[in-house]
Amino acid sequence: MPILELHQVSKSFGSTHVLSNVSLSVEAGEVVVIVGFSGAGKSTLMSLLAGLERPDEGQVLFRDHAVVAPGPERGMVFQNYSLLPWLTAYENVALAVEHVFASWPKQKQQAQTERFLSMVGLEHARDRKPAQLSGGMRQRVSLARALAADPEVLLMDEPLSALDALTRATLQEGLERIVRTSGKTIVLVTNDVDEAILLGDRIIPLSAGPAATLGPEFPITLARPRQRRALNHEPEFRRVRTDVVEYLLSTRRKPPRSAGAAVNGLSVATLEPST
Amino acid sequence: MNHKYLEIAGLGKTFHTPTGSNVIVQGFDLAVREGEFVSVIGHSGCGKSTVLSIVAGLTESSEGAVVLAGKEVVEAGPDRGVVFQAPCLLAWASALDNVKLGVDQVFPEKSNAERTAIATHYLELVGLGDAVHKKPAELSGGMRQRVGLARAFALSPRLLLLDEPFGMLDSLTRIELQDVLLDLWAQDSKTALMVTHDVDEAVFLSDRVIMMTSGPAARVGGILKVPFERPRNRHALMESPEFYELREELVGFLEDQGHHPAPSAPAEKARPSSVWDLFRSRRLG
Repeated sequence: MPILELHQVSKSFGSTHVLSNVSLSVEAGEVVVIVGFSGAGKSTLMSLLAGLERPDEGQVLFRDHAVVAPGPERGMVFQNYSLLPWLTAYENVALAVEHVFASWPKQKQQAQTERFLSMVGLEHARDRKPAQLSGGMRQRVSLARALAADPEVLLMDEPLSALDALTRATLQEGLERIVRTSGKTIVLVTNDVDEAILLGDRIIPLSAGPAATLGPEFPITLARPRQRRALNHEPEFRRVRTDVVEYLLSTRRKPPRSAGAAVNGLSVATLEPST
Repeated sequence: MNHKYLEIAGLGKTFHTPTGSNVIVQGFDLAVREGEFVSVIGHSGCGKSTVLSIVAGLTESSEGAVVLAGKEVVEAGPDRGVVFQAPCLLAWASALDNVKLGVDQVFPEKSNAERTAIATHYLELVGLGDAVHKKPAELSGGMRQRVGLARAFALSPRLLLLDEPFGMLDSLTRIELQDVLLDLWAQDSKTALMVTHDVDEAVFLSDRVIMMTSGPAARVGGILKVPFERPRNRHALMESPEFYELREELVGFLEDQGHHPAPSAPAEKARPSSVWDLFRSRRLG
């Protein structure tokens, strides 16, 4: 049974048709990566999964129940970190732990907070406030906070996009390790195809908006652990990378009006995810 | 063919501050032949934009010289078209007027109709034929940067200077704009110097990639020749193992340079016990 589902979901803001007829089914324990242009509607899609937005049409289901609000079973990591600026790194994580595990004794809560701060390598910075941390460190606090609340599904909205290339590369490999060892169900959105291949079990492209919809999926069968550098030598990496990029660019070239038809026509012609 | 169309010799830049001298670039040498596309790659803050800015004539060098087509560069001029990270468009002017503003300056001897035709032609080449009358606020980030490219090419500069032209765009829009630039290039091969930190972009577009060391006193650390024939096809390139070998070589250089950050960079304390530091201490790829 899928853990998280979208059934023919559409969403508009005013006269802007953002998502059109989006369906997605996420199985427990898998890592699904949604790749698309900025502005395509990726964050809207994540907000729907998180329960921060409600669909105009269709259904969002978590374990077969309609999602109507955010909940601790669906943890979220945002691009802009969303840390409380007046709390230290430790306190930001502790806040979530105390909320989600309110019945735990104090000591167990502290141990949980410390465990996840050290998992992201920030014990030494535990007493620093967000303004005293680099962008990469802030995102690690945000990730520790999300993981420490032990959600069933982790939703990550462009977690690394605000970082410079080198920091991003470092965090991608760290994230790969956490993805692999935590066994969590993860939905990640990104505009970086390399990141998607490094982290995902499946890549699903979101067509360029308006009225964006999910395209054909690309399964990634590369063995884990995956390393950025070693991937360069994998024919599967090169093929998937090219196919995903080509598909996404083709959705951009569609005539703005006849969106659906053009996307489908191109997807049949140019893409056969051959695995 | 002039093999030293652009020559940068012994270029250096030092900023004098109350706390002492800050040597950004020192002993930077480079010769670019006519019609060549050369990229400069390096970490943020290494001084690559300073070099570009000196070649543009926007910053004065502390030592060394820049010679373009046999003439020393001492100030900014229309023989060098610059594309910045932010396209710097006039908000109240249409895409066409933004391009035409420069065309009017550079070709005062042409008729107004001819100047409009030039501006329109280049906007069409960058795929904005339908949007010439739109204002910047009505254009996406990628479209605005297309206007920036059209404006630079429309002036028929001797040298095109691109300072992280697609750095503000998401990685997919960036690929799209690289295609646009390559298409423009195929029709109008200008001599170009581009600063970037995107390894794929450098390999995809360039004839040579200059690898710049991390500062202080940054200089040329190595030069990578990109042997792919032109016109280039991204699809074919992205599937060729050779593309990935070049990519890896550049990534390797950047990693090695990344291990010696400039003293001003915020340093994080090493904790070898954590996943993150294990990764940081390893080579990324």
